[in-house]
Amino acid sequence: MSTVATKDDGGGGRPPEDTPGRRLSIRSVLIWVAVAAVGAVAWTVLALARGETVSALWVLFAALCSYAIAYRFYARFITRKVLGADDRRATPAERLHNGVDFDVTDRRVLFGHHFAAIAGAGPLVGPVLAAQMGYLPGTIWIVVGVIFAGAVQDLTVLFFSMRRNGKSLGQMVREEIGIVGGVAALIAVFAIMIIILAVLALIVVNALAESPWGVFSIALTIPIALFMGFYLRTIRPGRVLEATALGVALLLLAIVGGGWIQDTGLGDALTLSKEWLVLALVVYGFVASVLPVWMLLTPRDYLSTFMKIGVIVLLAISLLIARPVLQAEAITDFAREGTGPVFAGSLFPFVFITIACGALSGFHALISSGTTPKMVAKEGQVRLIGYGGMLMESFVAISALIAACVIDQGLYFAMNSPAGATGGTVESAAAFVQNFGFDTTAQDLAAAAAAVQEPSLISRTGGAPTLAVGISQIFSDAFGGGLQAFWYHFAIMFEALFILTAVDAGTRVGRFMLQDTIGNVWPKFGDLSWRPGNVIASAVVVGLWGSVLYIGVTDPLGGVNQLFPLFGIANQLLAAIALTLVTVLLIKHGKLRYAWVTGVPLVWDLVVTMTASYQKVLSDNPAIGYFAQASRYRDAQDAGELLAPAQDQAQMDQVVFNSTLNGVLQAFFALLVLVVVVNAAVVITRAIQAGGSLPTTEEPATPSELVEPAGLWATAEEKRAIAEHEGLVGAGSGGRHGDRAGDGGRP
Amino acid sequence: MTAADVGSALVRAGRGVRWYLREFSGEARWDDYLRECTEHGHEPVSRREFERRRADLAERTPMSRCC
Repeated sequence: MSTVATKDDGGGGRPPEDTPGRRLSIRSVLIWVAVAAVGAVAWTVLALARGETVSALWVLFAALCSYAIAYRFYARFITRKVLGADDRRATPAERLHNGVDFDVTDRRVLFGHHFAAIAGAGPLVGPVLAAQMGYLPGTIWIVVGVIFAGAVQDLTVLFFSMRRNGKSLGQMVREEIGIVGGVAALIAVFAIMIIILAVLALIVVNALAESPWGVFSIALTIPIALFMGFYLRTIRPGRVLEATALGVALLLLAIVGGGWIQDTGLGDALTLSKEWLVLALVVYGFVASVLPVWMLLTPRDYLSTFMKIGVIVLLAISLLIARPVLQAEAITDFAREGTGPVFAGSLFPFVFITIACGALSGFHALISSGTTPKMVAKEGQVRLIGYGGMLMESFVAISALIAACVIDQGLYFAMNSPAGATGGTVESAAAFVQNFGFDTTAQDLAAAAAAVQEPSLISRTGGAPTLAVGISQIFSDAFGGGLQAFWYHFAIMFEALFILTAVDAGTRVGRFMLQDTIGNVWPKFGDLSWRPGNVIASAVVVGLWGSVLYIGVTDPLGGVNQLFPLFGIANQLLAAIALTLVTVLLIKHGKLRYAWVTGVPLVWDLVVTMTASYQKVLSDNPAIGYFAQASRYRDAQDAGELLAPAQDQAQMDQVVFNSTLNGVLQAFFALLVLVVVVNAAVVITRAIQAGGSLPTTEEPATPSELVEPAGLWATAEEKRAIAEHEGLVGAGSGGRHGDRAGDGGRP
Repeated sequence: MTAADVGSALVRAGRGVRWYLREFSGEARWDDYLRECTEHGHEPVSRREFERRRADLAERTPMSRCC
């Protein structure tokens, strides 16, 4: 978001709310008018273009200009007016500084950490699936959703958690809403995490199945991470950059090596079925959760973080160089009719739950209320870290949407429709997509697979392979050199790498949650250093996501098709809990007149998730409603018939079982959220009856002694303040604070 | 703008990138620790020992990574 921050005229919040807003200078006015004009032109082109070639750059510009305006005006309004961020107040990092979890961190470094923690495979996958509705619905939701919902959630949760010494989401719900809501939120967080881990793992399985090249390079990441772990532990302790550089070099070699081995005997041995990959992942997840973190988890996280940032930067640059043209329609017929093969259901509500990460992701509330709030140096910096970090993730989602929309759309549907629909061969898949009016032939589909050196691209669902095809096409257009197969496997590798990092880390977090919760009744189990407790809790967590993963992988109707809606709704339901909490907090703080800032996205999110849950549970259309689906297959069984795509009675049983389970889970999640919302409504009523505010658990204000800039770059005024402060503190006596105040200790 | 200006700008940019990477990866924590030790007159532990303690802390702290 560098373009944004440079244009910021400063006023990063010191002194805060009590100063009247300064007038914009003529120069700022001109710049912002220009940004608004470019954005307006880009949106107009996207909205009006039908049946002509549209450059993907219009999507990019529409998004970037909207982000810039939102960050400059709306995020600033929320930070200063609504939340009342006050830079004279010491943050927990300053007050409780212990160099461990409470640690004053340079805003730019913390921005990087926070972004690396929130952004994973989610924003890359959701937009790819949503592309079945055309590029426009996805683009609008990603941009509007992030500005008014996703970034607002991240910012407000970060702020309120920071004002409470970094309390977790569950803790805040329990203390500020009530014990009933708190327990419901805790169960919801745990259950939703299991579903998210299973779906992420499912994406990896789908990307690696029958792909020896992919399996080879991903498998090698384990020894590479182990090597880095030992390097950092024994050979050169603490030399992270060195170890990471070595790791990345080995990783690139592993990708190239995959191409060499795929036609050898080793290649045959690594051509694994989905069931084998599930087993491998479950064993891996368990081992990673039990091993010391320095061996596997920490080094893998370094690799994945640097790869993540590298690829995102590379993608942005190559989009500008390649300037691809959108192949997808603005809005497809599937958006209107809800009969798309990638996922069932109409535009409303299903686009809004298919794209969760990138627009509104409840999972972020766990990170905004975890490590980040304990490291913020200045209250005003929450705008950059919370809101800015989420805008950056939204930008990743926009890039993924573009990658899915610039590939041949016949290929897109051949890749993303379940095997039951495409028939699994290039001929049947070509016939399938020709039915939708695409002129893609069997030869085209075979050529696309050959270009990336994969045995087949038919029904490679889950979004990752599609994104990899898109990225490989954009990169080869931008950089040339006929390296499409390399770029494809490079993209698969980096997606799998950070999905596996999320799976590792998520399994550990789940394990900690389980040990903590059971520790309340059995204290021994809560002791993190008690080995058997670790092993049992890890096995339970891995067992839970592993079974959902297995169910998804073997689902005759296609696991992604069946489980992705559950994942999206679960994530958005978590967002509903987070938005409920921050709305309650605004009201308890006596800011009822600003409650719309989080209240409007909350209502929208509840309408979307409850409509989607209602349809997934109660719709009588078997393509959408889980129970309707189960009873359709049960009726057929009673009549002694087989229903496609099931091929035998065992598969019929499986469909009935899976659909019933999905329906029950879906209903259960929605119920948990309603419990939190009802509990919150009681608290809100009480607050309003009590004259508009209630006491909260906010920490009392303590004056801050730190002087730090609020935005990405220090303004002239801030630099003066810092210089003055350094003069006062004097040389040598400043200690940590004096050192940090300048440019973060920058040379 | 002379070649010397461009050169010094590049050097500064390079230093900035290095600074960021060291801070971001946590490598700079060792420098912070050494500085604090000097300020307070403590005898620092070895780098190996220091990194080991940091790893033990990481062991007990959940690291969330989102989807």
